[in-house]
Amino acid sequence: MAFFGFLKRNKTPDTLPDQNGRVERGILVFENTSEVIQAENLLKQNGWDIRVMGPPPEIRQGCDLVIEFPLIEELEILRILTTADLPPLKTVPVSSPLLQPVDIFQIKDYGRYLMVRAANMKLTVDKETNVIVNVSGGGCPDVPFLAASMVGQILADAPSPREIGHTLCGYALQLAYEEVRRRCSA
Amino acid sequence: MLCVAGTIPEDNFPLVEGTVEIRGNELQIGSSTIDIHRGTAALLAAAVMAAAALKQAAPFACLVGDTGTGKGSIRLYRHMIDALPHASFQTITLHYLQPIIRWQKSLQAVMGNLKPRPCLIADAGFMYAAKMSGEACLYDLFTPDVGELAFLADEEAPHPFYTRGFILHEENRVPDLIARAYKHGNAARHLIVKGAKDYLADENGILETVDQPVVEALEAIGGTGDTLTGLVSVLIDAGMNLREAAVAAIRINRLTGRIAQPTPATQIDEIIKCIPQAIRALREAPSADTGRMATG
Repeated sequence: MAFFGFLKRNKTPDTLPDQNGRVERGILVFENTSEVIQAENLLKQNGWDIRVMGPPPEIRQGCDLVIEFPLIEELEILRILTTADLPPLKTVPVSSPLLQPVDIFQIKDYGRYLMVRAANMKLTVDKETNVIVNVSGGGCPDVPFLAASMVGQILADAPSPREIGHTLCGYALQLAYEEVRRRCSA
Repeated sequence: MLCVAGTIPEDNFPLVEGTVEIRGNELQIGSSTIDIHRGTAALLAAAVMAAAALKQAAPFACLVGDTGTGKGSIRLYRHMIDALPHASFQTITLHYLQPIIRWQKSLQAVMGNLKPRPCLIADAGFMYAAKMSGEACLYDLFTPDVGELAFLADEEAPHPFYTRGFILHEENRVPDLIARAYKHGNAARHLIVKGAKDYLADENGILETVDQPVVEALEAIGGTGDTLTGLVSVLIDAGMNLREAAVAAIRINRLTGRIAQPTPATQIDEIIKCIPQAIRALREAPSADTGRMATG
């Protein structure tokens, strides 16, 4: 399943207590964003209904993501993660709406070049050659690293930000990367 | 003296500090060399170029390797917290650091007690950290692009990744976004907003607008915002007041872009080479029309 598939699914309004007052969803909190990305991939590969979201203010540290999951499945999900050596720091019941990642793209067509912006990240590709020519925007330390790794590479061969990024800026660049690939393969 | 703190995208790059020079196509700090790519390296290269052209001291830098894990950034936060009380910088620019609320707060507590108080400039990850921490107003200057301005304007977003859709940018809404950022205490005392038009603003609104020359390709080129932050840092450190420094830096940055005649595929090091020429041109013709409009 695509890394950002969660953005394309219908948002399920189940982050709050149900009509009987029960909390149905929880969040998995990890040490860093890289672990969140690995856990997301693993759980989605196993077919779990999870979403990557922003953490609630009381546990926010900075550049954070959490995984929202069906609380009733906690034991099985923890078993899978622990087996994969990806145990979360903690699990927390969700008691308030979580922040949604950005899902709006802005497109600028320069003629030969196409730039896609997702949140604060921009990816520009040469439409004739499909070579990534620039990465701009962003502020987390993996952005210059991602730019150095991706610029000059053909889209199909470039490492994806999901694989080598670590932060929310990397996550946003993945969005732009997926959108550029979609547009350039159309 | 200007101090720049930031990261280099290599895990094995050591924590280093010292004055920075350009040798050939690389930055040199101590025995370490750095390629001039986007990020703190681009900021420093622009600052070195500008300082040399203006006959100012070369910038001092505190750098560490970090590819996004945050480990290097934490080392640098710790180092700055220990070292700054024993140093004397007139201007401190904080750049590509992992945004971590508690480390920003610890460093801000140290910087806030420095005497005399330095001018504090924040961009990139450190700007995110200052806003996340609710301490934006303790800084003198932020340098967001329009997308980052939307993040500053969204009082609920802890990172640009979570900026709510109804706030996400439209350039013609820049005055509204600036007002909203100040209303919720999420802006520094001054903002340079980088975009098709560049703005200088404070809590009273837009003070200056510069919209010439227009070089559309610059938006796609990673590092053009970093160079602007480097330029304004040098000019403030040289003694210009913040408003004049901001306008001068914006004009130099835009003119540099025009001289370089870039395409969206141009890399930032090719543009930085044109900074001395832009500074010379503006010194020789300071009233050249670069679309400046003072409104405040």
